[in-house]
Amino acid sequence: MPNEPVLALRGISKRFGAVQALTDIHLEVRAGEVVALVGDNGAGKSTLVKAIAGVGPADEGVLAWQGKPVEIARPHDAQDLGIATVYQDLALCDNIDVVGNLFLGREILRAGVLDEVEMERRARELLSTLSIRIPSVRIPIASLSGGQRQTVAIARSMLGEPKLVILDEPTAALGVEQTAQVLDLVERLRERGLAVILISHNMADVKAVADRVAVLRLGRNNGIFDVRTTSQEEIISAITGATDNAVTRRKARSGEAAK
Amino acid sequence: MSTRLDKTNDAHGGEGTGGGGGSNKAPAGPADAGPVAKDAVTVVDPRLLVRQEGFKGYLNEFVRKMRSGDLGAVPVIVGIAVIWAVFQWKDSAFLSPKNLSDLSILIGGTGMISVGIVFVLLLGEIDLSVGSVSGLAAATLAVLNVREGVPEGVAVIAALAVGAALGAVHGFFFARIGVPAFVVTLAGLLAWNGLMLQVLGTTGTLGIDDDSFVRMLTDHYFSQLIAAYGAATVAVAGFFLAQFLDSRRRKAVGIPSRPLSEILVRTAVLAVIVYAVAWRLNEYMGLPLALVIFVAVLVTLDFVVRRTPYGRKVIALGGSVEAARRAGINVVAVRISVFAISGLMAAFGGLMIASRIGSASQQAGTGNLLMEAIAAAVIGGTSLFGGRGSVWSAMLGMLVIGSISSGMNLLGVANSVQYMITGAVLLAAVVIDSVSRRTQRSAGRG
Repeated sequence: MPNEPVLALRGISKRFGAVQALTDIHLEVRAGEVVALVGDNGAGKSTLVKAIAGVGPADEGVLAWQGKPVEIARPHDAQDLGIATVYQDLALCDNIDVVGNLFLGREILRAGVLDEVEMERRARELLSTLSIRIPSVRIPIASLSGGQRQTVAIARSMLGEPKLVILDEPTAALGVEQTAQVLDLVERLRERGLAVILISHNMADVKAVADRVAVLRLGRNNGIFDVRTTSQEEIISAITGATDNAVTRRKARSGEAAK
Repeated sequence: MSTRLDKTNDAHGGEGTGGGGGSNKAPAGPADAGPVAKDAVTVVDPRLLVRQEGFKGYLNEFVRKMRSGDLGAVPVIVGIAVIWAVFQWKDSAFLSPKNLSDLSILIGGTGMISVGIVFVLLLGEIDLSVGSVSGLAAATLAVLNVREGVPEGVAVIAALAVGAALGAVHGFFFARIGVPAFVVTLAGLLAWNGLMLQVLGTTGTLGIDDDSFVRMLTDHYFSQLIAAYGAATVAVAGFFLAQFLDSRRRKAVGIPSRPLSEILVRTAVLAVIVYAVAWRLNEYMGLPLALVIFVAVLVTLDFVVRRTPYGRKVIALGGSVEAARRAGINVVAVRISVFAISGLMAAFGGLMIASRIGSASQQAGTGNLLMEAIAAAVIGGTSLFGGRGSVWSAMLGMLVIGSISSGMNLLGVANSVQYMITGAVLLAAVVIDSVSRRTQRSAGRG
C-alpha cells in the first residue's frame, strides 16, 4: 500500500481559551516522504506537532494512523503507535556518554546489570547505519558539537523503531557543516522508508530535503506545495501572506457570503 | 561512527580534538559543505578519536586525556604521594605499620558518611544533616542496647533504619514538596542534633561494652598472615578477571576492547598497591575488619553507581533533570532514595565512629565531621555540580584528610594549623577541578 498515508490529519482544530490556534487542518504524510511544516511564528506549527505527539490533544478532527482513526491522548500513545518526536531542546544528559544517552530509560540489562557491551554494539550498529559521525561513542555528550548532539538525539528516537519521526527545528542554531550533517540524516531516514515531518524556518533546508511543504498561516492550511515545482518565493509568500492582496480578500469575502 | 576506522590515524589528531568547541565555531569541514554534503560521510574525519590498538595506543590516549584536562584521580593520588613523602621525611614513624593500620581504621567512619555524600553530590545536591544523623544513630544504638537492654543486632538494625528513614524524610521534603535540599538538611542538622541530645538525656555519654559486636567493627584484626594476603589476592584476581572477561566479550562482538597489555599493566599497578598495603598491615596486627567493611561497601556501591539501572538514573538526574524525566525516570523516587542512602551511610559511619571511640557522646556527629565528609568527597574528585564523580573519591579524599591529621598529630602540630591546612587542600582540590574542567571545555571535552 504505497499510497496510503502513514498519518493523515483531517479537520484538526484546537482552541486555547479565546484563541483559535488551529482551524480545520489537513495534512498527510506517507512512508518514505519528508513533509516540511513551515509557517511564521504563531502559525500553529508547534500546536499541531503537540497534537500529533499527544502532548496537547486536538479538540476536533480525526487522526488516521495507517488508515485507521486513532486517539492520541498521551505522549505514550504516540510512542506506542510508532511516532517519535525530537524536540528543539534535545533532552540529552551532558555528563553521560553517547551510548548511555541513546539507551537512557531503556537500558539493556543482563542479569539485572547494565549490559554495556551489547548497548555499545547496538549503538555502533545504529550510528553506522545512519552514517552518523561522532568522535567516539564513549565520550560525554558535553564534548559533542551542536550538530552531533542533534544527530544523537535523532538516532535516539530511532531506537523505538518508529514509522514517523517529527523533527522540531533540527537545524536551528547550527553551523553550515553541522546543518549539512543533520540534513543528510533526514535523507537517510527517508531512504529507510520512514515518514518525516520536518519543522523548519530555513527555506534552503526545506528545499534541500523536503518532498512537500505544508504551509500554515494563522492556524489554517495555507497551501501544500510540491518542492520540485514550486519556487522559494511562492512558499514564502504563502507563509507571510503576501498573496493576501485586495483581489484574494474580495474572493474570500464573497466565498464566505456564499456560505 | 564506522566500526572500521583507519587504524593508522593519529590517536590524537591535533589538540583540539572533537567536533569543535561549540556550535558557533563551525569546523573547517570540506569546502563543498553545501546543504547536502553526501560525500562527506565516506571520508574519515581526521579529528575523530581513533584509539590505536596495542599498548602504544593506551599511552597515547593517557597523554591526550591528561593534556585535555581529563585528569581523573591522578591529582589526588599525586597529592597523597606528596603528603606521605613529606610526613615520612619529617617523621619516620608516619609510614610505620601501626600508623598506617590506624589510618586505615580512622578513615572508615568518616569515609562511610562521605560515600553517602558522594551519592547526593552526584545528584547535584547537598546533605548537611549527615553529621547529626550519624550522631543520632550512635545514640540510638547506645540507648537501645546499653540502657534498654535490647539485643545488639536489633539495636544496630534500628540505628541504621533511623538513618535511612531520616534521609528519606529529607528526600521527601526536597523531592515532593520542593524545598531546597540545602535548607531541608540544614533543618535536619539542627533538629536531629537536638533529638540526639534529648535521647541521650542527662547521662550524656553512654559507653559501649568492649566485647560487643559494635566495638569489634574497629578493633578486630584478622591477624593470620594469610588473611591480608588472601584478601589482596582475591582483589587482584577479581579485578583482572572482570577486565579480561569484559575485554574478551567486547572482542567477540567486534567493538573496541582493552588490549591484554593494558589490562596487565592496570592489574600490576593495583597488585603493587594492594600487596604493599597487605604487607604493612601484617607487620602490625593484621587486616583490620574496619578496612574490609569500608572497601566492601565501596566496591558494592561503585558497582551500583556504574553498572546498575539505578545508578544510571542517579547520574542522569545529576546531568539533566528534564532529560531524565522525559526518559521515563521517576525523579521523585530516585531523589528520595538517594537521600535515604545518604542517611543510611551516615548512620553506618556514626556506628563506626562510636565503635572507634567506644561510646556515644553528646559531641558525636558535631564539630567538623560534616565538613570533613563533604571535603573528602570533593577532594577525591566528585563534582559539586552533579553528575560527575565516583564512590572511590570518598576513600581517596579521606586518605588525604586522614593522612594530614595523622601526620600533624605525629609532629605535634596544633589542631588550629591542621584545620588551616585541610582548608587549603580542599581549596586546591576545587581549583584543580575547576581548572581541569575549563581545559576540558577548551579542548572540546566539557
